Amino acid sequence: MRVEADTEVCVGSGMCALTASHLFDQSDEDGSVILLDPEPSAPDAQRAVREAVGRCPSGALSLVE
Amino acid sequence: MTDMVCPITNGLPTHREQPLDPPEVLGQLRSEQPIAPMTFPDGHRGWLVTRHDQVKAILADPRFSSRASAKHLAFPSDRAALDLEGDMPPGQFEHMDPPEHTKYRKLLAGQFTLRRMKQLTPRIEKIAADHVAAIRRQGPPADLVKDFAVPMSAQVICELLGIPVEDRERFEAASSSLLSLDISPEEAMGAMGNLLGLLGELVQRKAVEPTDDLLSGLVSSGELNPAELVGATLLLLVAGHETTANQLALGTYTLLREPEQMAKLRADESLIEGAVEELLRYLTIVHIGVQRTPLEEVEIDGVVLKPGEAVLLHLPTANRDPKRFPDPDRLDVTRKALGHLTFSHGIHQCLGQQLARIELRVGYSTLLREFPELRLAEPDVELPMRSNMTVYGVHRLPVAW
Ligand code: HEM
Ligand code: SF4
Repeated sequence: MRVEADTEVCVGSGMCALTASHLFDQSDEDGSVILLDPEPSAPDAQRAVREAVGRCPSGALSLVE
Repeated sequence: MTDMVCPITNGLPTHREQPLDPPEVLGQLRSEQPIAPMTFPDGHRGWLVTRHDQVKAILADPRFSSRASAKHLAFPSDRAALDLEGDMPPGQFEHMDPPEHTKYRKLLAGQFTLRRMKQLTPRIEKIAADHVAAIRRQGPPADLVKDFAVPMSAQVICELLGIPVEDRERFEAASSSLLSLDISPEEAMGAMGNLLGLLGELVQRKAVEPTDDLLSGLVSSGELNPAELVGATLLLLVAGHETTANQLALGTYTLLREPEQMAKLRADESLIEGAVEELLRYLTIVHIGVQRTPLEEVEIDGVVLKPGEAVLLHLPTANRDPKRFPDPDRLDVTRKALGHLTFSHGIHQCLGQQLARIELRVGYSTLLREFPELRLAEPDVELPMRSNMTVYGVHRLPVAW
């Protein structure tokens, strides 16, 4: 599983970081998402990523399975 | 689909059978006609949406606009209408679409990241502790609205923006009259004028003598002109203060009415983060919801929305959707409440939400820890609710300990 992030679309809500702070961070410049682990393999991490993608308000995150 | 019943003929119903539950008629609509025609108080014919999945989908849909000129008063005494009609400065990006909105959002979002907000925790804890100490010196009783929720959230946002201590009284005077129940539209306009004047002075001062705060950073970025700076700061102040203060006080009131839930929280501190989310979901204090307007014809689940027809997304009812949250009318501090729409959804989802979460967590836990015997001081009195205000809540919260 691979996560992709479109930082142009991201509005810096921080929902992804709130959902999984070990997988997502945000830039101090414009708040946009920083992927800490674009290809998570642990089942827990994969579940958290799915949740984050579902909660992202801007549609900046997507999954490539 | 012809001859649809139009049950909502004079604006959004605001009469609540129970103070902490949305009007029952809206729950009925959610199961019978989740996208219902609604006539706004000014006669405009638009829509009212109450189902969680549909509200979320519309808020994420770029075919819908947020611009102020297309929004309508939700109910006759809606104070927010003042913002829309009055002579407001530019910079109110809550009512803008991309690419204008994007400019403001990108400029500010770096200041509100989850990590930055977490770093403020010790300072916010100190502010909460100071207010508790002041309460102890005076009481019991105390009014947790006036003595805790309002000054705590005011101090946090003022410090973050960089409003100096010597201006804070003027700011609080203006904002508390905006928060009060019985002021005329003229008085509200006057208070708003004072606030704008104060912010205008501040922006000038920060240009000459920058300090280490958000407003100075914005000024020195050079991206906004002075009027836009004032407008954006005003939005941050108003959006950040009134909401958090009301959620703090109303959430505390809710816990006092639900002793079992309160006891669970007291017994296990690790429940606090979930409890904050659940109180946000359960109370959804932006009780008039948010509005969008389609820029082109849009069909949603068989209903055709025409361009220009205002669509009111009713967040409180969507947050009580049983398809999304089982047993939705029950407060349960142990439930997974994330995914609620209290901070809206889409590109306008609350910019200050991570700050609000920390203020709420610190505020509730400080009160619970410092006052093991916290109780309502007038348990038999029906507290007046902020039913006809933009943000729902209690006007006062008398407590003893
Ligand atoms: C419990 C507290 C809060 C609640 C319930 C709340 C709710 C909301 C909602 C529902 C919106 C979206 C409006 C829309 O979709 O049209 C919003 C936007 C906004 N909020 Fe909050 N808010 C809270 C706290 C804060 C705080 C602490 C700040 C800090 C400054 C803040 C600043 C903003 C701003 C600037 C926007 C506009 C964002 C944009 O248009 O991109 N809010 N808030
Ligand atoms: S949840 Fe989406 S919009 Fe929010 S910071 Fe993460 S990627 Fe950006």
